[in-house]
Amino acid sequence: MEAFEYANPATVQEALGLLGKRWEDANVLAGGTDLLSLMKDYIQTPKRVVSLKGIKELGGIEKTAAGLRIGAMVTLAELLANTEVLAEYPSLAEAARGVSSMQLRNIGTVGGDLCQRPRCWYFRLGYGLLAKGPSGESLVEKGDNRYHAIFDNKGPAYFVSASSFGPALVALGAKVKLVSAAGSRELPVEKFFLAPRDEKGRENALQPGEILTEILAPPGAGVRNATYEVRQKEALDWPLAAASVALKMRGNLVVSARIVLGHVAPTPWRATESEKSLAGKVVNAAVAEAAGKAAVEGATPLGGNAYKVQLARVAVKRALLEAVKARA
Amino acid sequence: MPDTPDYSWPAVEKRRVIGKRTSRLDGYAKSSGTAKYSYDIQRPGLLYGAVLTCPHAHARLTSIDAGAAQKSNGVTAVELLAKPGEEIHYAGYEVAAVAATSEDLARDALRKIKVEYEVLPHLVSERDLAKAGSRAKPSGEQVTGDPDQAFKDADAVSEGFYGIPVINHCCLESHGQVIEWKGNQFEYWPSTQNLSGIGGDLAKVLEIPATSVHTHMDVMGGGFGSKFGHDRWGEFGARLSKKSGGRAVKLFLDRSTELQIAGNRPSLFAKIKLGGKKDGTMTVWQSESWATGGVGGGGLPAGQLPYVFRGVPNKRMTHTSVSVNAAEERAWRAPNNPQLSYVTCCAMEDLAAKLNVDPVAFFDKNLDYAGKIPGPEAYRAQLKKAAELAEWARLWHPRGQSGSGSVKRGLGIGFNAWGGLGHPSKCLTTINPDGTVKVELGSQDLGTGTRTVIAMVAAETLGLPVAAVQVRIGDNKYPPSGPSGGSTTVGGVSASTRKSTMNALAKLFEVVAPALGVPADQLEAADSKIQVKGSPSKNLTWKAACRKLGTKSIAEMGENAQRGPGGLIGSGVGGVQIADVSVDTETGIVKMNRVVAVQDCGLVINPKTAESQCFGAVLLSISAALTEERVMDPVTGRILNADMEFYKLTGIGDVGEIIVHLNREPEHDKRGVIGLGEPPVIGGIAAIANAVTNAIGVRPPVVPLTPDKVLAALEGRNA
Ligand SMILES: Cc1cc2nc3c(=O)[nH]c(=O)nc-3n(C[C@H](O)[C@H](O)[C@H](O)COP(=O)(O)OP(=O)(O)OC[C@H]3O[C@@H](n4cnc5c(N)ncnc54)[C@H](O)[C@@H]3O)c2cc1C
Repeated sequence: MEAFEYANPATVQEALGLLGKRWEDANVLAGGTDLLSLMKDYIQTPKRVVSLKGIKELGGIEKTAAGLRIGAMVTLAELLANTEVLAEYPSLAEAARGVSSMQLRNIGTVGGDLCQRPRCWYFRLGYGLLAKGPSGESLVEKGDNRYHAIFDNKGPAYFVSASSFGPALVALGAKVKLVSAAGSRELPVEKFFLAPRDEKGRENALQPGEILTEILAPPGAGVRNATYEVRQKEALDWPLAAASVALKMRGNLVVSARIVLGHVAPTPWRATESEKSLAGKVVNAAVAEAAGKAAVEGATPLGGNAYKVQLARVAVKRALLEAVKARA
Repeated sequence: MPDTPDYSWPAVEKRRVIGKRTSRLDGYAKSSGTAKYSYDIQRPGLLYGAVLTCPHAHARLTSIDAGAAQKSNGVTAVELLAKPGEEIHYAGYEVAAVAATSEDLARDALRKIKVEYEVLPHLVSERDLAKAGSRAKPSGEQVTGDPDQAFKDADAVSEGFYGIPVINHCCLESHGQVIEWKGNQFEYWPSTQNLSGIGGDLAKVLEIPATSVHTHMDVMGGGFGSKFGHDRWGEFGARLSKKSGGRAVKLFLDRSTELQIAGNRPSLFAKIKLGGKKDGTMTVWQSESWATGGVGGGGLPAGQLPYVFRGVPNKRMTHTSVSVNAAEERAWRAPNNPQLSYVTCCAMEDLAAKLNVDPVAFFDKNLDYAGKIPGPEAYRAQLKKAAELAEWARLWHPRGQSGSGSVKRGLGIGFNAWGGLGHPSKCLTTINPDGTVKVELGSQDLGTGTRTVIAMVAAETLGLPVAAVQVRIGDNKYPPSGPSGGSTTVGGVSASTRKSTMNALAKLFEVVAPALGVPADQLEAADSKIQVKGSPSKNLTWKAACRKLGTKSIAEMGENAQRGPGGLIGSGVGGVQIADVSVDTETGIVKMNRVVAVQDCGLVINPKTAESQCFGAVLLSISAALTEERVMDPVTGRILNADMEFYKLTGIGDVGEIIVHLNREPEHDKRGVIGLGEPPVIGGIAAIANAVTNAIGVRPPVVPLTPDKVLAALEGRNA
């Protein structure tokens, strides 16, 4: 790890003053569970590390008329201890549980989860976010792409968005607040995640001088939501595919649906056809099955990841059935 | 022929310590973190070593310049490990190393070493033999009997493809050492399976006398066969320390390098065709196999197939060794046996399915083909026991008849066989006038419970509680013991400890005999007393007896003679494992319900640690069967999962129930002590793969059985 300057500001304002114009100038440290690995592997070599740990205003979960405000520095464990989250946002709780290591849940933060870098193994080996070989060719296309994207994978990006909260928050229609020295902006989570289109692009809208301060989820009451992740191991493993759903209901009928696939594309991937197919329907096994099928329509698997199409399909089906299951 | 004196184990009914469940003596230290691994060693002014490795699978190093690293902050020494012009055959090969005042500074310095390579073409996958070209070296065909005729006469023939990829040792304590020079001698804290031998081996390459190396190691974090040598890093670690004025240098491989170069188990792929009779007899075996163990290829000693069932009368076998651009294989817990068992037991269950015979009956029928030791009858008894514990009769269904739900349950079988005996081992027992007892061996405890076993044998012999025996191992100033490999440690150390403690006790008897008024051979040690045989009331307490030594301690050696072990130890064990799994046919995810492991290991000194060897072995089998593999990138030629994130090992939640049944019947006990490190890790992968096949009705040919492979099999997309 290259030597760096460590700053421990007490306010967001102070923190913003310590960030730079380029990613090389300064990086934000939340729990550090991802940042430290990146720095140890020299994937990121910031001159300054700005810790958010001392900033109180970035903590806390509050219920407001507008919904739920989750501070960026809320740990996954705190989220899982919140009764409001457990009762109204089971899809978020399930995403947090999916980060299947107590250590990660105790230290990792919600903001960090959204801003974490992709786990593409070529990226982590130092071949860059777009994973290119010496003559600019994609390593992913010809290489081992078993964990890569099956949607939006025509290049140059092939990685999958790592965050499990991403799909759940997109399904709920949540927003994030991004603050910089120039001011603050609110962005739907759906717009926060991006598939880079060139060398300069990143996997999200965050700018080098910006901090993600909070997440705003609309009221959960009356919205049936669930996350289903397909993972092989019980602990310390990533989902192979996942789906988060949020259903606005009238009685048993779906009024409108949001279905978002996780770990299948460079961004959380909305299955709009599948969403439309649910309107006015009662969700039962056959409907859920059909919605799963519709959700993977148009998938373009690479050489080694066709199996993920089936997994995504099953994830949608199971998430839907979970969402409409009678709650205890 | 029994030894004189007769060292044989006490009769079962007389044993007070041996055979009792005893917790590891170092269990508390390990679980509380107070145990000091070599990795934990701190020395005044400790320096940190780091290694620069080649990022290319095949390249010629054209230039290397460490000038900037030499001047880098905190750096005390630099070693160049590859020369311009040198051809490098795998990614991860060490090209330079530095020592610096902190780990970060050492790593930063590595980045300042300028290395240029001419990249050469590579081959990193052996799975498709057709692509191996000149890298494939076939050995001649071996034929027994008349396979062609046997296939003609067969009632059913089954053909299949089976594969088990390269996996790594992935020791939790990575390879490495701390070395500190004092003049022309050095202190050496390696992580090793070969405590007595490693220092001398390293001295030799450094061209110093073996007596100049003092080796220590209290506990170690996993070797599995990969930690016998001092390795290149022992050599350059010593040089870095020397160049740094003798300051201690800690050099342990980082996880990525550990997974790239510090040991792997060769693969085995095979196309197998079998024929059999309606009554369930397998009559013919034909296999074309290939394997790699890295740049040196992957050989298979002649005639090792079929595993266990070697006596099948008609056989035709070929094997091809493939050299790939990856580091050399190392012995991996029961070298080659898990692979052989996997292809054999899977192919045989496929034949059983073709013949419509229940696999238990099928294996039972063919066990006459097994060798003499442990012999067909021992295996039959184990198979029966395993089937009973796995509730085979209730739970097993013929292939593809596991119900209509999307989650299917299945059971499968795997076999294992191993040798044993004991490595050369010397033990020194000291009995002091104050009654304290010290037992010293230059042995090592790999985490298996060796220390505890030594204490138990000494305590049994001396009639003392385990806590009264001080075991000293892990230092080359103690009498030498062999390396821990081949499951020979428990045999070696229990025999040498038995002999040494009996020899010391005989001396004590001589001293106290006059006081008890009987000849020395009329005495025995029991319940912390020395007493007269047949009249235990005539006795001296252990302490009183030892006081008679006056000022002189007793110090007696004992040695495990490898030839003629005198009945204390034996060899040749077998085991049967049955796995019970549930497969989600929508996701291809396999969940373990249960593994039953029936195992013999001769006389069991400590049932608790013996069982725990079996538990650990089953865990490794679950990893290898379901999640674990080294992923080689065809494009860059590098390992893509040289980390603990995508190099997927099983976790506690993935394991299900494990039932271990050790054979402790008199016929096993009388064979003496036999090692258990390797045998239980052999059959599990086959058992799990067979269980998955039984559940879903089709064979996913290549482990690990990740969802992609299970789904492909279900969809009929087997390659
Ligand atoms: C084996 C393993 C399995 C895992 N499985 C999952 C999983 O299934 N699903 C999942 O979602 N995650 C998973 N994770 C990732 C884990 O959830 C993240 O490491 C964690 O959430 C990151 O949080 P952190 O607070 O430690 O972030 P940090 O490491 O501190 O930061 C991560 C990145 O985000 C930036 N950042 C952090 N906070 C902010 C902020 N407020 N504003 C701007 N930038 C910020 C940092 O600069 C850095 O680049 C897994 C990790 C491992 C190692």
